[in-house]
Amino acid sequence: MSRTITIDPITRIEGHSRITIHLDDEGKVSEARFHVTQFRGFEKFCEGRPFYEMPSLMARTCGICPVSHLVAGAKACDDILAVRVPKTAEKLRRIMNLSQIIQSHALSFFYLSSPDIVLGLDSPIEDRNLAGLVKSNPDLARNGILLRKFGQKIIELLGGKRIHPSWVIAGGVSSPLTEEQRKAILDTIPEAMKAITWTLDTVKPILENFREEMRTFGNFPSLFMGLVNENNELEHYNGKLRIVDSVGNIIADKLDPQKYYEYIEERVEPWTYMKFPYYKPLGPVEGSYRVGPLARMNIIDRCGTPLADQEWAEFRDLERGAVLSSFHYHFARLIEILYGIEKIKMLLEDEDILSTHCRAFAEPNNFEGVGVSEAPRGTLMHHYRINEQGLITWSNMIIATGHNNMAMNKGILQAAKHFIKHDKLNEGMTNRVEAVIRCYDPCLSCSTHAVGKMPMKIQLINSEGGVLDELTKN
Amino acid sequence: MAALAAAGKKVKTFVIDGKDVSGTEDQTIIEVCRENNIEIPTLCYLDGLTEIGACRLCLVEVRGSNKLLPACVTKVQDNMEVVTSSDKLKNYRVKILELLFSERNHICSVCVSNGICELQNLAQRLGMTHVHYPYLFPKLEVDASHERFVLDNNRCILCTRCVRVCDEIEGAHTWDIMGRGIESMVITDLNKPWGESESCTSCGKCVAVCPTGALVEKYKNAVDKSFSYKKDKLKFLPYLTTMREVKNEQS
Repeated sequence: MSRTITIDPITRIEGHSRITIHLDDEGKVSEARFHVTQFRGFEKFCEGRPFYEMPSLMARTCGICPVSHLVAGAKACDDILAVRVPKTAEKLRRIMNLSQIIQSHALSFFYLSSPDIVLGLDSPIEDRNLAGLVKSNPDLARNGILLRKFGQKIIELLGGKRIHPSWVIAGGVSSPLTEEQRKAILDTIPEAMKAITWTLDTVKPILENFREEMRTFGNFPSLFMGLVNENNELEHYNGKLRIVDSVGNIIADKLDPQKYYEYIEERVEPWTYMKFPYYKPLGPVEGSYRVGPLARMNIIDRCGTPLADQEWAEFRDLERGAVLSSFHYHFARLIEILYGIEKIKMLLEDEDILSTHCRAFAEPNNFEGVGVSEAPRGTLMHHYRINEQGLITWSNMIIATGHNNMAMNKGILQAAKHFIKHDKLNEGMTNRVEAVIRCYDPCLSCSTHAVGKMPMKIQLINSEGGVLDELTKN
Repeated sequence: MAALAAAGKKVKTFVIDGKDVSGTEDQTIIEVCRENNIEIPTLCYLDGLTEIGACRLCLVEVRGSNKLLPACVTKVQDNMEVVTSSDKLKNYRVKILELLFSERNHICSVCVSNGICELQNLAQRLGMTHVHYPYLFPKLEVDASHERFVLDNNRCILCTRCVRVCDEIEGAHTWDIMGRGIESMVITDLNKPWGESESCTSCGKCVAVCPTGALVEKYKNAVDKSFSYKKDKLKFLPYLTTMREVKNEQS
């Protein structure tokens, strides 16, 4: 008799979800499904709104990375206006986007994932959280808080508030950078730099202890997708899309992000609200890909900043070809924090960063606009259509976590196959299945454009659909 | 006031919130309050436009009257005793605001007038914490047919300032009200799209006086440095008063 295990709800992620693990007649894991059980309907309710409201309207999709949505939304509006955004505005948007990535990565790694890594996956649940981390490794916790604050503070300085700033607007940014703001940000850089280099030095040896997890945490061949700049370096704001395969070969390069719909398709499954995007030429199975820090590290030729490049060289030595284990998302995140801090410094030292020409004005010149940028969790796509009056008639968003949907399902299946030995659920197993999900730092609220809490539920279900075992965590 | 009194108008002396005040016979309670820096919340009232007593936020207690009276249309009388703030009044005012919020789709966080909205400011000032009435969530169209301005009925509170300023100051009478009760809508030119209106002079006075984000400049939002009409409202208001005085003199 085949059975199913369900993990519901999943903890320490952003959003509401459930995992079911299906067992076959012999009690072996046959399938695992990651159900995202929330729905919000952003694409629908923005219909009829003036297009220039979209960046701040869509930013409400997420309280963790509103800036990413602001940037992608504003870029889609730039496309509708058909303007060239002033260079200074582009650089300022880059600074804010990088700050967003730094603070979100710090949240994901230090607050959500590091308790698993530092305290161990089998440590008691009461301690395996931020409070436990503060007790056992206060320096790491302190650096995590410092880095998150660093990113949030820049967002606040530029946009007036930490969450949901509306400074990034169609055509550029609403106000230029002042010398005081520039100095205030530059002053915090040495401290942030110290925090991330210390963290990298401390965490790298600890990660070595997770050999088994590296082998089994979403370690499977897949494509990787992300933006690269004209020098094939790490890129989060503009650039062209590149796709590499599991061996590290570039299978598609210089794809125009504005035409994403020509090569990316979204598949729908009845058991989850989250769609499954895939690379069209290879079909829904072969064409499934991963995005986010791991993917970005896999597709680039180099990071483009000195210190991050050194770490990146180490990262690429982890595996031959592309780094496949999703466990390495953590390391990739730390490298991106380092890169972000270096890059922000470079941008701030740019001579025209204080220019007051930071916005282009125009009326809509296109009926359609696409904005693509890299959010903390991967490639983010906003696509709007408007009528003659400039009111939205249709919109589509593909969010980073959505791109990773297939990979998360595969990752859970792999972990479940490896760790589930009986038809009973146990704490250690569910922890690992959850930790697989957490590697991707999924933002389910964004990816389904949905609202929810953060609990997790795992269910074990037999072939007739009966629930055999159930574990709920809050 | 002294000048008006000299022009042959009778002076009335009375008490507001325990304070002895005076005004001429043609003044309303709210005018005397403003002269004496006594704050009364208002939404439909705007210095320089005809008072209509529609929003009921300026209701005050007058001793001897068994009902609350709107300060914007109640003329002052000798020896009247006015109370402008009490628990009862505050309770009513907050309820009025809650009803306004529940009637249309006022989502401050994504509104282009966030931070410069009179409805939002009043809700904060009067301590409105919740809306205790079910939201109606009406599905209302945005009219963006005008070249420079946008009408978003979702954010309209039917204060009719736009109707009055267009008629009384600009003299165009482009705006009007259609329908009854909560079905009422502001319309342009017998319900033509604004962009097709023949009477509209595109002067922007309606945008300047609109207390919420219902009438706004196109392509602008509250963070825009160039968001002139709304932010410069205080500069615009003396103009209304002057226009009214000119009109009074002419009549």
